[in-house]
This record gives sequence, structure tokens and C-alpha cells, in this order.
Amino acid sequence: MIFKIAFRSIFRNARRSLTTTLTIGIGAAAMLIFAAYSLYDVYVLQTTAVERGGHLTVYRHGYFDFGSSDPAIWGVGDYANVIRLIKNDPVLARLTAVVTPIQALAGIAENPGSSGSRTFFATGFVPVDQKRMQGWDEYGVGANLESMDLRTEDPSQGVIGFGLAQNLGLCEPLHLSGCPRPPKDAPTRDTGTAGDLPSQDFSGLADPSAQRTATPRIDLLAATAGGAPNIVSMRVARVEKQGSKEMDDGYVVMNLNLAQQLVYGRGEAKVTGIVLQLHRTEDIGAARSRLQALFAAHHLNLEVRDYEQINSYLGQTLSFFQSMFSFIAVLIGVVVLFTVSNTMGMSVMERTAEIGTTRALGARRSRIRSQFLLEGALLGFLGATVGVAIAFAAAAAINSSGMTWTPPGDAHPIPLKLFILGAPQIIAAVWVALVIIATFAALVPAHRAARLAVVDALRHV
Amino acid sequence: MPNATEPVARLRDVTKSYKVGRTEVRALRGVSLEVEAQRFTMLVAPSGSGKTTLLNLLGCIDRPTSGVVEIAGQAVAELSENALSDFRAQKIGFIFQGFSLVPVLSAYENVEYPLLLTGMPAGARREATLAMLEAVGLSEERDRRPNELSGGQKQRVAIARALVKHPQIVLADEPTANLDSATGAAIVSLMRRMQGEFGATFIFATHDPHLIAQADTTIAMRDGELLETGSATL
Repeated sequence: MIFKIAFRSIFRNARRSLTTTLTIGIGAAAMLIFAAYSLYDVYVLQTTAVERGGHLTVYRHGYFDFGSSDPAIWGVGDYANVIRLIKNDPVLARLTAVVTPIQALAGIAENPGSSGSRTFFATGFVPVDQKRMQGWDEYGVGANLESMDLRTEDPSQGVIGFGLAQNLGLCEPLHLSGCPRPPKDAPTRDTGTAGDLPSQDFSGLADPSAQRTATPRIDLLAATAGGAPNIVSMRVARVEKQGSKEMDDGYVVMNLNLAQQLVYGRGEAKVTGIVLQLHRTEDIGAARSRLQALFAAHHLNLEVRDYEQINSYLGQTLSFFQSMFSFIAVLIGVVVLFTVSNTMGMSVMERTAEIGTTRALGARRSRIRSQFLLEGALLGFLGATVGVAIAFAAAAAINSSGMTWTPPGDAHPIPLKLFILGAPQIIAAVWVALVIIATFAALVPAHRAARLAVVDALRHV
Repeated sequence: MPNATEPVARLRDVTKSYKVGRTEVRALRGVSLEVEAQRFTMLVAPSGSGKTTLLNLLGCIDRPTSGVVEIAGQAVAELSENALSDFRAQKIGFIFQGFSLVPVLSAYENVEYPLLLTGMPAGARREATLAMLEAVGLSEERDRRPNELSGGQKQRVAIARALVKHPQIVLADEPTANLDSATGAAIVSLMRRMQGEFGATFIFATHDPHLIAQADTTIAMRDGELLETGSATL
């Protein structure tokens, strides 16, 4: 009966209850849509990071903290055996989708056909493995990277950033659209007066046969593991825009063999890391433990880092979204609190005589309090449920709209989606929180109703 | 059920004062009264003479400023707030001038409500409710909400609600005031009949002296004091 009275009383002033329900509903929907968008955003960034660099990377111990300034000397020797060890392990074989070596390096890039040069930072991949890694999409975000177009049969090919191509004067040879022309009064280097600087033309050091190919090429100079300068010629197969200018101006991706040729010359070919891409992100802990056990058993001086350690911005992005969500949730919570409190206050005032009657009939104060608390909870229930429905409808509309967006740090638009079902616990938490807030908001009016003197309440008109 | 000759309500030197602003209003001035059980007692007094205040004290919805109120042998002052609520739920039925039905409940649910407060099991509750609606002639209207009933029908529901739990006292505060004279007369007749059938004690407050003929006992009041009590001739 108490539920019956509470439920029916909500519809006594339908307009007011509708306004309250919609306020709660819109608040719930706003929170859920933001959560769904945040979740999608985080998944996009995570997917992009895993597509590029896998879930786990095995480095020589100490490389992650100290080796980035000179990757050449931190190479993992006999890496083929390490890879074999990983692939042959039954646990890791079950968990991993791709196990592939990578080589990081940095140096100076030059266009032999012009006078410009630019520092670059590069990664050498096994193209076929890289292509497989790009197919990873555990969360279905559809954020597949464009193929880097490295051809296994042609290890001299590579991909460079749009900014690097522009800086090296490759806009025309590569027929790049959207490439700005340098200003007419752009300064040029007077090579006659720069006798104290080393020559930046490495073309004489590179393979002369490369100069005869039609595809534009660049020369890449780097220090070998032994400290000697080395140079390779790389044909520019493709130019790819990067999300930030800093990255765009120095981005180079090349075949692992070419990278090893540049870093190790005729010495032992090593790699800076062995990347493991897992089938499922949740297996990171298990895979890491297994790798560590494996390396300890074989006395290998290797360490394992996960993609969140390597890409620290992921954690920062997640924290940002969490703080934003908390802020929005607090604002909406306060709005719901005051709206429901006001609605319940009005309801108590309008039903004072009814409260007096039921108290006279023998209802205890606790019963009156419970009835109004239940009404608050029901308003919260209806509002939160409406909010979940609105959020699902909005997600369905947006997900099928074909809208796209460009994630921060990226250059290519991807479909805009709302992962409304990505975290059901968020839906449950928002729903429960709003019901609790609505119930809590009814506390003061309910208490006031329960404390009414029966005689005064009966006299109320 | 108390013996017919025993008083079901006893007031001893009861006063009740209110503060209206800075002015103290003495609504009851040393009222002593015994109400006999299973009688139809009519409290006749003009408006403002304190009859509603007296009914409130008899109904245990208010406490006296001084004096003793005993209902069914229980000194009301000794009861806690919850115990007083439970006491009302068990022993006292109310019929209000403005019907005071719960608007979101049907006629059936309004009559059933007091039984819920007594903790009666569902089966017995249903049986008692249907029987009471039948007794007041509203079986057909049991699913109607108060806004779908006439004034007379509403007051019938209120009578059924007051009697369904077989209380020791039924307090009716000007129950015919909002009804036309024909309907009012019918309601008084119904109450008389129900009082006879159920053996309840009715205390019926009115300012209409024409209704005195319906009473077993009359109590006259003026300015917060009892003037006289007596038996009416039917």
C-alpha cells in the first residue's frame, strides 16, 4: 500500500513530476554520454598505441630509463632466440597475437637533391608483423591506422612525416598537395662562409646506385653502436601526417633490416625491443609475469614494459576524463538534489491534510517518512531509467550517423562512437547514484512530513 | 469490547490551551466526562465552543494541557508517540467533515488502509473490507477513486473506513456539514444503523440541534465547558 500511494502520488501533479523526472533523466543521460564518449576516446588511444607498439615490449634491462639517448648500445643481442623462446612458450603462445622485433634510432636526415637536413627519430619494423598489429581492434573502435606501406621485398623503402618531407624539400618530387611554398625572402645558407661547420651533404657516402632510382630518397645518418657515423639511403614510399608538428618534422618508419644496417653496420644485428601484441588487453599481467619468469629461468638480462608505461599520456588522458566526469557528476548530483527536494517539499505541503488523516488513522511517523522517501526514490528510479534510455538512444543515433573526429596526436579522422555498453558498471553506478541522491533529497521533506502535528495537519487547507 | 455500562472514555478535569500569537486561547476549561460504551453520543455545540478540541483529545491525536484522558481504560498520557499511533490504529475510528479520503486510493483501498495499520493478514483484510463496503452499499463503487464518488458516497466510504477495524470509539466531527440535508440525514441514519450492527461507540459532533433526536446521549458544550449531558428520546 505504501508503494501504491507513493507511486500514484507521483502522478498527481504530472507536470511537476515530469519536469523532475526529465531533469534527472537529462542529467543521467549527460553523465552516461560523457562516460561513453570518454571510454571510446580512451579505447581509441589505447587501440592506436597497441596497434603501433603492442601491449608489452621487452628491452635490455635499463634501456627504458637510460637508453633512449643512445639506443644503439642498448641492443638486445641474439634476439631471434629470445623471440623463439617467447613463441615456443605454451602460455605466451596462447596469449600473444604478434611477437616482433623493433629498432629505435635517431639521426640526421638529408635530401641529397637539396641543401636542407633535419634530425629524425625512427623505428624499424618487420613490415608483415606491423601490418598484422594494425589489425588489432579488441574494442571495435575502428581506429585502424593507415598501412605504412613498407614492402618486405624492398627493405630500402620507408615512410616519413609530412613535416619532414616539407623541411627536406620533397614536396615537389613527391607531388604532395597542401605543401606550402617557402617565402620568397627565405634565408639560404652561404656555404662559402660556413667553413667551420661540417658539410651536411652526405650523398657522397651513400650507395651511388640509389641516386639513379626514380623514387625520391633521403639519406639517413646515424652513429653506429661502435660510435662511427653510418649512412643509408631510404626511398620515400609514403608520406604520413602526424598529429603534432614536432613528431611530423622528424618522423621516419623503415624496414627493420635498413634500421639495423644503419645502427649496427656490419656488426651483429640487434634490436632495441621485442614487441608482444596480445589478443586481449586483460592478459597483460599474466603475459608479463610469464615473460619475467622465462627471462629469469634463462638468465636473460631483459625487462618488460607495458604500453601504459611507454605511452604515459594514456594514464594522463584517463585521469583527465575521470576528473571531468567527477566534476560533471557533482554538478548534476547537486541539480538533482535540489530539484527532487523542491518537488518533494511541494508535495508534502499539498498533502498535509492527507498526512494528518493517515496519522489519525494510526500510521506511525516512520511510515509517513518511508512513504515520502519512497516517492523520492521512485522519482530517482524513473528519472535515472529515462536517462539511461535517452543515453542509449543518443548513442545509437551518433554511432549510426557516420560522424568522424580526429583524436589528439593523430592526423586521420576516425568514426565518432559512444561506447554506451563499454562499461555497464558505469551505467549501474550512475543509475544507483541518482536513485540514492533522489532518495536523500526527499529526506528533509519526508522528515518534515513525519514530524507534522496531527491536529495541525488535519486543519491544513 | 467493553461492557455496555462501562465508560469507554473518561476525561477528568481536562483543559486545553492554544497560543494564537501572544494570546492564549483556552479551548477547554476543566472538562470532566464519561462516555458510555456502545452508545450513539451526540456532542452538540455551536462553532468555536471546543467540540473539535474535545474530539481531538478523545481521538488521541492531541494531548491535554492538564487533566487526564482515559480511552478504553488506557491513560493516554502514558503512551509514547508510536504506542499512541498503534492505539489509534486499533481502538479509534475517525469520520471527518471533509471526508479526508486518500485521493490516490480507490474506495476499496481507502477502507482497507486502517486494517493494514493493524497488521491484519491479507485474506482477512480483503474479507473485512468487502463486507464493510457491502454494509455501506458501495460494493459496486469499490474500484472508484474519491474524485469519482459523490459527497454522500465519499462519506459512506469514510464510515466504512472508520468501522472496518471494529474500533471501540468512532469519532465523527460534523460529518454531515458538507452534505445536503437529505444526504446528511441518510448518512446519520447509516451511522446509527452501523453503530447498532457493530456495537461501536459513536461520538458525533454537530452544531445542528435537529440531529439530537438521533442520539442515545447528548452532550452540550459552550465556550469550552460542558453544559449538560443527558439521554435523548428516540
